[in-house]
Amino acid sequence: MEITLSPLSPSVTKTFYTSLFDIKDGERIRTCLQCGTCSGICPFGYIMKFPPGKIIGAIRAEIFEHVLKTDSVWMCVSCNACAAFCPSNIPITSVLMTRAKEEMILAGNVPSELQAALENTQRYGNPLGESPRKRADWTLGLQPEVNILAKTRQPVDVLWYVGDYASYHPRMQSATKALAKILNVLGVNFGILGPEEYSDGDSQRLAGERGLFEMMAQKNGQVFRRYKFNEIITTDPHAFNALKNEYPALGIAYPVRHYTQFLFERLEQIKPLLKNEIKAKVAYHDPCYLGRVNGVFDEPRALLSAIPGIELVEMSHQRINSLCCGGGGGGMWLDGFQWEKAHTRLSEWRVREAIATNAEILAVACPYEPPRFEDATKTIPAASQLKVREIAELLAESMDL
Amino acid sequence: MKIAVPIKFVPDLVEELTIDPSGTALDTTWLRLIINELDDHAVEEAILLKERTGGEVTVLSAEADGVDDFLFTAAAKGADRLIKLTGDFSAADNHALGRAFADVIKELQPDLILTGVQAHNDLDGSVGPLLAEYLGLPYVGYVAGVTLAGDKVTARKEYSGGLVAEVEVQLPAVLGIQAAEQPPRYVAYSKIRQVMGTAKIEERPVSGLESSGGVVVSRMFQPEVAERATMLEGSPEDVADKLVGLFKELGTL
Repeated sequence: MEITLSPLSPSVTKTFYTSLFDIKDGERIRTCLQCGTCSGICPFGYIMKFPPGKIIGAIRAEIFEHVLKTDSVWMCVSCNACAAFCPSNIPITSVLMTRAKEEMILAGNVPSELQAALENTQRYGNPLGESPRKRADWTLGLQPEVNILAKTRQPVDVLWYVGDYASYHPRMQSATKALAKILNVLGVNFGILGPEEYSDGDSQRLAGERGLFEMMAQKNGQVFRRYKFNEIITTDPHAFNALKNEYPALGIAYPVRHYTQFLFERLEQIKPLLKNEIKAKVAYHDPCYLGRVNGVFDEPRALLSAIPGIELVEMSHQRINSLCCGGGGGGMWLDGFQWEKAHTRLSEWRVREAIATNAEILAVACPYEPPRFEDATKTIPAASQLKVREIAELLAESMDL
Repeated sequence: MKIAVPIKFVPDLVEELTIDPSGTALDTTWLRLIINELDDHAVEEAILLKERTGGEVTVLSAEADGVDDFLFTAAAKGADRLIKLTGDFSAADNHALGRAFADVIKELQPDLILTGVQAHNDLDGSVGPLLAEYLGLPYVGYVAGVTLAGDKVTARKEYSGGLVAEVEVQLPAVLGIQAAEQPPRYVAYSKIRQVMGTAKIEERPVSGLESSGGVVVSRMFQPEVAERATMLEGSPEDVADKLVGLFKELGTL
């Protein structure tokens, strides 16, 4: 695309730029050094006509409209790597990229796959387009029965916010069941919301649909207020991020932990239960919204290391420098779109990294990942023997549950 | 150019459908309704026409769960007037719905009426041709593309086998939309919210629905297994021989 030097309409750039200052730490964008670190660390920066640093350059040149004419921002998977490595500490993902996507959505410029997920969220409260009434169907057959709060109305210690993919995705349901069994064995008094639970909305927010996110948050907030519990745990790092960092500003504030943190606290109780040996080299993939964004790196590793037989190995991208599975920020619903642009998937890069460590198991802690990485092991021939397991699945297997 | 778009809500197939105890209708206890997909296309086509040539788009629907949200969404996309027919539509078939729409549309006097060409719950014909009959207007169905020219429209009518006809129709007319020229657009939820605060839904009470000419459902049931299929065993050659034998036996060969 040809870029003219004359601004098309400086007011468009100005309106957009000043809107960034309304977001937390948005004004830091003024301190951009144009060093290009963000564009370099961005996993899809090489394919974007306007990677993050260049967007800031375009804003300063008052030609932001040109950015909106490209579909660059739909390659952003909101992995937060740009923000984590920015020497000026600019929250590039949450401020610049998310607002730019919002502009695309307000202009009605939405790839059809993403549109379907957003419409499903609005209509059914989940991006998969599943019936809300079936949200707790994964619990069928589990003994003891999982406590669905609308049925029992009993106060619980722990409200387990299960999340969209952990509730509905057929591959993830085995991990969700595994966690239910673990919580039962540990004697945790927990309950779920089942059909009353709505999408956390965080990935929709990071895909630029702020209004939809707020609608989901308000609906969840209303349901939370109906029941008595001491804390929330969640299977989903995206829900964890929303509940921890975004919901409080909307007046929905509860103590929340990812399930790996919750189990880590009970590690001494868990250790004697880990009877079965799982003899394997295991590489752990840090989910973006558990690790890089919220600093939970050690607990998942400690849980894995406690399983007899497991030898933990590290991939080249790890901890704060982890490589996104490609599912964040709307990426889960832009698979075809991104494939057309890149002819590769981040999940495929990641399984290549896993096999480079000679790992036999790729361990994960986010519901987007088992299906994404399992698909990748089917398209990368060298990875065909690599097993993708959720941490809860490995723990349950070792506990013989 | 005044465009009216009568739409209807249909059972959402995301939920399991069950038959009510009378055995002649769907159980509505858990029934969830959704916009008929092709009516959504009719709304999109109307808004595309408005954007191209100006005009006023009125979307009309019978009262049902979720209709208000749909009407506000249509307004956020560009519809100008929203009309909701109120009353008991629980047993309304397309004949009754067509007559109810016709009464309101006569008063609106639109130049063009667009509606989805069909819906998955049409038992007594689709709404478009019935409406055209009650209004005494021409009807063209299976339309995927509309061009306005003075007091006429050219409708691109789809036929099976990949054939397309261009049909010139004198206005006013009713068109049954098979597909809008682009997929129904997305509108940000914040925009819908804004519209909810400003747009008005005009309510038109409808009493005494007239369904004569429709059909009477004597029995509604889930697909039933009538007879077990016979599986032919053996090599492909054996199976082919047996199959030919069966066809001969049945007199089809």
